[in-house]
Amino acid sequence: MSLRIVVCVKYVPDATGDRRFTEDLVTDRESVDGLLSELDEYAVEQALQIAGSADDAEVTVVTMGPADATDALRKALSMGADKAVHVEDDDLVGTDAPGTSLVLARAIEKTGYDLVVCGMASTDGTMGVLPAMLAERLGVPQVTLLSEVSVADGLVTGRRDGDTASEQLQAALPAVVSVTDQSGEARYPSFKGIMAAKKKPVETLDLEDLEIDAAEAGLEGAWTTVEEAVERPARTKGEVVEDEGEGEGAKQLAGFLADRKFI
Amino acid sequence: MAEVLVHVDHVDGAVRKPTLELLTLARRLGDPVAVFLGAGADTAAPVLAEYGAVRVLTADAPEFADYLVVPKVDALQAAVSLVSPAAVLVPSSAEGKEIAARLAVRLGSGIITDAVDVTAGDEGPVATQSAFAASFTTRSRVTRGTPVITVKPNSAAPEAAPAAGTVEPLAVTFGALATGTRVTARTARESTGRPELTEAAIVVSGGRGLNGAENFPLIEALADSLGAAVGASRAAVDAGWYPHSAQVGQTGKTVSPQLYIAVGISGAIQHRAGMQTSKTIVAVNKDEEAPIFELVDFGVVGDLFEVVPALTEEIKARKA
Ligand SMILES: Cc1cc2nc3c(=O)[nH]c(=O)nc-3n(C[C@H](O)[C@H](O)[C@H](O)COP(=O)(O)OP(=O)(O)OC[C@H]3O[C@@H](n4cnc5c(N)ncnc54)[C@H](O)[C@@H]3O)c2cc1C
Ligand SMILES: Nc1ncnc2c1ncn2[C@@H]1O[C@H](COP(=O)(O)O)[C@@H](O)[C@H]1O
Repeated sequence: MSLRIVVCVKYVPDATGDRRFTEDLVTDRESVDGLLSELDEYAVEQALQIAGSADDAEVTVVTMGPADATDALRKALSMGADKAVHVEDDDLVGTDAPGTSLVLARAIEKTGYDLVVCGMASTDGTMGVLPAMLAERLGVPQVTLLSEVSVADGLVTGRRDGDTASEQLQAALPAVVSVTDQSGEARYPSFKGIMAAKKKPVETLDLEDLEIDAAEAGLEGAWTTVEEAVERPARTKGEVVEDEGEGEGAKQLAGFLADRKFI
Repeated sequence: MAEVLVHVDHVDGAVRKPTLELLTLARRLGDPVAVFLGAGADTAAPVLAEYGAVRVLTADAPEFADYLVVPKVDALQAAVSLVSPAAVLVPSSAEGKEIAARLAVRLGSGIITDAVDVTAGDEGPVATQSAFAASFTTRSRVTRGTPVITVKPNSAAPEAAPAAGTVEPLAVTFGALATGTRVTARTARESTGRPELTEAAIVVSGGRGLNGAENFPLIEALADSLGAAVGASRAAVDAGWYPHSAQVGQTGKTVSPQLYIAVGISGAIQHRAGMQTSKTIVAVNKDEEAPIFELVDFGVVGDLFEVVPALTEEIKARKA
């Protein structure tokens, strides 16, 4: 039987761009170019490796996001995923984490899955909560923040490196997994892969297809509200000295640290 | 007065400092009620009481250590039913955020993660967060359900405020999902003897400029001369020169010490995301164009292999 793997990928504003908020205090997804969240490339990579070691597997990438989010799907398809699902609806603007998890859970159930693979966090919101929420909503085990993962005989195993300990985890499929940026470099799409991706199917779903009421999503349906977003004043550049050798630079730095009472 | 639940982060009953910070913040919102899960409640309860817990709800079962996250969610959910708190505060560790995430979905509550401050507002707790690599500061509020808020380490100075800290057993029934993910082995991380990265007043970090694991002792010696924690850039971690637990930045730790010293680190946006709210920033880099210099209060353009050992000596001499 085929192993059905669903990878959740997010289309995010480029971190090296000048990211801001809109007037409604939601992430501005227009003024800065978007891309496939780098942390989700690791998820695609691990999904492809797991698929590669299975007898028969199919990898579907799912995103919830604006029209341009197809770019993120195409990138994942060009890396080697088989097909894609794009959840897109005007009523989704401003959806918070619980709302996103509801939408993605429905889309994943509709697609059919044995394994869901997520990144460790999205590079824009950086909450790192979606995988746990998905597991809760889908009612399956969560095997998250893995630096190493494998699937065999209907079991997921992996290593989770925490603050105080490193843990070896195990759960039965179906399950939700998330992988860290320590899980192994993601592959680059090949030219062949990029060409092939153009022909791979991308299914588009809206809230109605998922039987979700518009009031449960979007800014209206959000369970949190941002009241204020203030740009932090840029740090003012202090004194920068050239080390003249003979320990001069070190002396000047020590002098600064002493002035500030650090020594 | 309303009660506020605080999830206790501890190692065998030794309460970690971020929990004391949470108790301190919780007092602004109501009476703190600590939820202590696992073994060691006897050791922890007096400490929790000293920092303001009016009650300490305790539960111990093998499930808490043997299975991932969900048993703790079951327990917190039981505590919420019992207490009907005004808010639930959870330390912003990787595990804490996952516990909070599932709890929020179960309660039908909004969730705010990685708060750096929490205050009482007319319509409930208001959380301050940093956004977009700390280039924005936001203030947010939960508008539905019991606010679930995870709070970063170092968000408040722990203040003692002795309270009753009455220990009460919490009855927990584990759901079917509690035993879904088994922890089959656990290797404790060895202590370095240095301060915790996220709690340290001074952090000294090394990057690709160190040019090899064999040179990290230079960073450690400087750190030790200042009583500092040691951090690293992702480039240094990826190269295998220093453990990932020391990584500072977007996919590592966020630090906000009094003093941050960046050595041989260029200052990429993902690194800045984890350190640019530090009070004072100092850098040593041989490239005067390195973006890290945009952030510094003091910078030295020079070869770290000359500047750092000389600096360590100079500090030791001044302290002697
Ligand atoms: C999704 C994502 C997440 C990321 N998360 C993180 C993160 O959490 N933390 C993080 O740090 N990075 C992170 N990165 C990586 C980040 O983009 C940079 O690649 C990384 O921070 C660079 O590390 P570095 O400054 O040590 O190396 P480099 O950028 O190579 O800089 C090395 C510096 O050392 C200087 N140097 C070299 N030799 C000497 C010498 N002898 N004396 C003095 N100076 C010297 C050089 O001039 C240079 O400025 C992330 C990237 C992505 C895409
Ligand atoms: N809009 C989205 N569409 C698809 N996947 C998402 C979306 N948002 C988050 N995810 C997934 O959830 C992970 C954690 O996201 P977050 O909790 O937002 O930090 C990401 O790495 C993705 O795998």
